[in-house]
Amino acid sequence: MAGTTGSDLTRRSAADLAQALRAGEVSSVEVTQAHLDRIAAVDGAVHAFLHVSAEDALATARDVDARRAAGEDLAPLAGVPVAVKDVVVTKGMPTTAGSRILSGWVPPYDATLVERLRAAGLPILGKTNMDEFAMGSSTEHSAYGNTHNPWDLDRIPGGSGGGSAAAVAAFEAPLAIGTDTGGSIRQPGAVTGTVGVKPTYGGVSRYGLIALASSLDQAGPVTRTVLDSALLHEVIGGHDPRDSTSLPDPLPDLVGAARQGLTGDLTGVRVGVVRELNGEGYQAGVRDRFEESLELLRAAGAEVVEVSCPHFEYALAAYYLILPSEASSNLAKFDGMRFGLRVEPTDGPATAERVMGATRGAGFGDEVKRRIILGTYALSAGYYDAYYGSAQKVRTLIQRDFAAAFAQADVLVSPTAPTTAFRLGEKLDDPLAMYLNDVATIPANLAGVPGLSVPNGLVDGLPVGFQVLAPARADDRLYRVGAALETLLEQRWGGPLLAQAPQLPTVTEGSTR
Amino acid sequence: MSTTTDLVDYDEAVSRFDPVIGIEVHVELGTRTKMFDGAPTEFGADPNTQVTPVSLGLPGALPVVNRTAVESAIKIGLALNCEIAELCRFARKNYFYPDIPKNFQTSQYDEPIAHDGWIDVELEDGTVVRVEIERAHMEEDAGKNTHVGGATGRIHGAEYSLVDYNRAGIPLVEIVTRPITGVGDRAPEVARAYVQTLRDIFRALAVSEARMERGNVRADVNVSLRASADAPLGTRTETKNVNRFRSVERAVRYEISRQAAVLAGGGSVVQETRHWHEDTGITTPGRVKSDAEDYRYFPEPDLVPVAPSREWVEQIRASLPEMPVARRRRLQGEWGYADAEMRDVVNAGALDLIEATVAAGASPAAARKWWMGQLARTANESGVALEELAITPGQVAELQGLVDSGRLNDKLARQVLAGVLAGEGSPGQVAHDRGLEVVSDDGALLAAVDEALAAQPDIADKIRGGNLGPVGAIIGAVMKATRGQADAARVRELVLERVTQG
Repeated sequence: MAGTTGSDLTRRSAADLAQALRAGEVSSVEVTQAHLDRIAAVDGAVHAFLHVSAEDALATARDVDARRAAGEDLAPLAGVPVAVKDVVVTKGMPTTAGSRILSGWVPPYDATLVERLRAAGLPILGKTNMDEFAMGSSTEHSAYGNTHNPWDLDRIPGGSGGGSAAAVAAFEAPLAIGTDTGGSIRQPGAVTGTVGVKPTYGGVSRYGLIALASSLDQAGPVTRTVLDSALLHEVIGGHDPRDSTSLPDPLPDLVGAARQGLTGDLTGVRVGVVRELNGEGYQAGVRDRFEESLELLRAAGAEVVEVSCPHFEYALAAYYLILPSEASSNLAKFDGMRFGLRVEPTDGPATAERVMGATRGAGFGDEVKRRIILGTYALSAGYYDAYYGSAQKVRTLIQRDFAAAFAQADVLVSPTAPTTAFRLGEKLDDPLAMYLNDVATIPANLAGVPGLSVPNGLVDGLPVGFQVLAPARADDRLYRVGAALETLLEQRWGGPLLAQAPQLPTVTEGSTR
Repeated sequence: MSTTTDLVDYDEAVSRFDPVIGIEVHVELGTRTKMFDGAPTEFGADPNTQVTPVSLGLPGALPVVNRTAVESAIKIGLALNCEIAELCRFARKNYFYPDIPKNFQTSQYDEPIAHDGWIDVELEDGTVVRVEIERAHMEEDAGKNTHVGGATGRIHGAEYSLVDYNRAGIPLVEIVTRPITGVGDRAPEVARAYVQTLRDIFRALAVSEARMERGNVRADVNVSLRASADAPLGTRTETKNVNRFRSVERAVRYEISRQAAVLAGGGSVVQETRHWHEDTGITTPGRVKSDAEDYRYFPEPDLVPVAPSREWVEQIRASLPEMPVARRRRLQGEWGYADAEMRDVVNAGALDLIEATVAAGASPAAARKWWMGQLARTANESGVALEELAITPGQVAELQGLVDSGRLNDKLARQVLAGVLAGEGSPGQVAHDRGLEVVSDDGALLAAVDEALAAQPDIADKIRGGNLGPVGAIIGAVMKATRGQADAARVRELVLERVTQG
């Protein structure tokens, strides 16, 4: 390991690691082991992982090293390890979606995106913590304990993908996979100082994602740099015949767009500030950082205009009808009959109906039950039109708002989340306050457009995010604008935001878990 | 169930009330893979072997619509004179039951692929009834529960149940009629003929094997009674899963008698689903429809709408085969069968076989003679369908060819047929191997005649004396000596020749 320590390796970007691997400076086994060591050292404090697959990851790393030694032409990220949110199905590796109802389940198949990660030679470090079935904005609804924000271990890492964001922020993984139904990639990115991208709906296959809300779910990259997100997005994206909602179009040149953005030049780019996604309800410091970044964009040559999306006001309400409705149906399959937890009633006969009831009663947490009840109600005869039907109409109006706004601007921008990370437990008893965390991220899911969150500085020592939204299929614009802002901000900060994160307490262990 | 149900005599029931029926037919499509899934559809495979993560409803699995199933549904829609939707969606029908792996069934709901059609149904006496089709929609089948323990094989009293998901996800098309009115006492017959007509159409379209005994075609029959033809529709019952043609007729008939008794007694019919009991020929109450489950239908978000292009629909229309009724009329004309003959042929399931036999060179009369005669008897005795017999139409035609050319007589032909059915080979082969051919060599016959005459000199004398009565005895002896392989007419000529010469 000439001149490179394990700790150095974990602090490098995926793009850097890929370069070093290609140049033969390091091996994938070294890189992978360095991350496994880091997980062993800090994950006791962070609890980003639900399962660490050391052997599987090292086997992939050895294979990649051997193939590279044999002169094989490898994918750009071959040998760079990745963490995968536990809502993504992994063959032979436990998959729980953060729920007790899937405890012990080992899937017999890989999600399409996992197949693509494996095919591209990315060692899978393990599965990351999340709110149960991705329902939440704090990862506190996991059945397997809280994940802690690496910036302040007493605070939430965001959610539902708090595990993936914290793993990347804590240098336990250079890359992670998240899923975003209403902001579960972007909001954790904002509050952990990491980059998260929700691709265009249909841009990344949903085959093998344990569905929360089918019409809203989308998997995407969680990384420390915009370029890394583009690189990972290109690995997992593209058409999949096993997902009917998968787009047939080839992906735009995402890595090229990110590299273009890294020049810091945005001449001619029209940036639309969404009036409704700023102001009231947004923490003052969040608004300050946002305004400062708008100045940077102007200075980089962008034309900043204000746009209005009047129906965004109804987005949260529509979202909390559509999501529970779809979820109530998607989660019906968890019944103890075929896989996962099975609980027999303690009294009376174990009929199928009673076993289903006992299993679901014991296996689901309160937030999941709350949303199943809401969704079941919203779809009931006599209520369907008023609730689900109206919400779908709002969705159409929001899509029209986006269409009108994108006629005036190439990208839309807003703060990613209204506040910095709150303290663990602070909002647990107030679901509505929790739901408000996603007010800026939800419209993109309702309309199927792509969104990115990039670190936007600190407020009282805690990170906040800057959100970029683009028209459907124009994910490349996210990367250009995101990378430009990242470059300009890092020039100002004198380095990556995460360099300012406090040291984590470490345990020294002889071996990994 | 234990109390006996009052019934009104059928003739009285239909004289007092006007029956209205409606029929829902489910047909399992014969696609190679499932409706939303690449899992194979082989019938009779070991339990839970024809499955994938999709058919098991595993977390993360997603459906993809089977194009062939859509094409089959369009074919059915076009054959039933329906309009084909330009855009239609699937919905989720949500309910918990272990045989549906996702705890919802993916089905079309308010946007069927085909709607507003009709089909003419011909009754046995030639009466034609037009049945209006409300819709034909696509959906997936459920798995199969087996209840173990307990006396009845039903869930009640069972110790445990097993679920086989091989059938889960098999594509189904459900065809729903509008209320069939104005058929009066012939309602049961119409119901049966309608289901039979659909079965024939499915087969003609080659969208399903349409085998009733495998449950490929299942009918739910709705029956209601009203005071008169201009009264509003009465309350209906729906008798589920009637899987035989005759049972469709019996179930309608039973419900008419039962409902008439209820109404005549001053009661009212309960809107409910009912179970058909094949053994006793009665229906019993299932669940009451008025507190039916709320299925919470909503558009299936994992699928995109099905939007068959007009070009595709027209291509399918242009490729539709001749429909069974038209084909029957054409063939009857070509073959010159009487109405009754044609009806028997159709009812025996011999139409395709006779058509193929005629195509292979037999005359229509001969083809009918074989298939409706010895072959029908054989099939009947062994309890199999005609087409399951171990003989092909080509072999029947070959057999008839041997008769026509004089190489076999009828009696020998029947023996050869038995040999073919026994798996001994083609008719020519069997005739050769068993030595069953008409002896046409006069030399050999003359020797047998001489022998017979010599053996019975008194009879020979009588014939010589001009008494031709006993000629039969000599012919019989010759036939016996040649093991039936002589042409009797020729033997007679030879006997007379010999006697006159002598």
